Amino acid sequence: MMRKLFTPVLVVVAIVFVTAPIVIARAPFESTMGLVQKIFYYHMPAAMLMLLSAIFCGLVSTAFLATRRAAFDHLAVAAAELTVLYGAIAMVTGPLWARKAWGVWWVWDARLTISLLMWMIFVSYLLLRKYGGPGSEKLSAGLAVFGMANAPFVYISVNLWRTMHPKTSVVPSLPVDFALPLWWAFVGFLLLYVVLLTARARLETQRALVDHLYLDFDE
Amino acid sequence: MSTKQMRWWLLFLVGLAGMNAAVFGQPGQSQFVPVNELPAAEQLPAAPLLIAAYVFVWAAMLAYVWSLWRRLGKVERDISELSQLMSKRRA
Repeated sequence: MMRKLFTPVLVVVAIVFVTAPIVIARAPFESTMGLVQKIFYYHMPAAMLMLLSAIFCGLVSTAFLATRRAAFDHLAVAAAELTVLYGAIAMVTGPLWARKAWGVWWVWDARLTISLLMWMIFVSYLLLRKYGGPGSEKLSAGLAVFGMANAPFVYISVNLWRTMHPKTSVVPSLPVDFALPLWWAFVGFLLLYVVLLTARARLETQRALVDHLYLDFDE
Repeated sequence: MSTKQMRWWLLFLVGLAGMNAAVFGQPGQSQFVPVNELPAAEQLPAAPLLIAAYVFVWAAMLAYVWSLWRRLGKVERDISELSQLMSKRRA
């Protein structure tokens, strides 16, 4: 079923991604930040998907630790890689926005610091998978659970601690003119996430098949 | 601590605070300057930051898609080569 849906979803992703800059360009300027606020339409969906991806990676890793089914592990690797990708986008676009809006590239406040820590946990997950050798899938699954535990703290950090970062109440209270391009871009990012997750998990399945074939060939 | 020593300490602390204020204190702002009158060197244009952000997003996504495409192609080739070798051995 996923294979049948792959091409239509890819077409929708391409349409949404190509039209997103047009929809964003038509959005009004924010009163205090002006033009630079338009980074928000890519920054927020990327950051949100980083969190969702971290939670998904933690859940499938938990399922893998409980059942030892390889399919869960393949999904976990795919989700970890995408957490790093979407996290990198959020980590780069955020400072570009902050430089104009706050006057600095980076501040060590709760939101930014915990986000960076969570991103680094998933980078270490990937390094562990690449260089950890046999058995690293169980260790990395444990690491993913710790990464997932960070996600709620990243989300509520702006409400718990004093920070320069906008609070979580900004998105639900957005006027329609701002909300439309945001959710348009979010849908694009989300569909692209599903496509990339499917393709990356398939790569991991195929790699496992290659290992299996090599073992068969040696015997 | 004697009263004389306390006086000296107090004098020292007041002097330290005064020196600190003299060295690090900023003069108060005498007037506000409208943003359109700032010298060009002090203005930070938003467009390059916005363009850099959008270029990075697209470049990161395209680079990842290309890397995934390449890795999938390689693994598919490995599978077909191994399958051919296996069928030759069986024959």
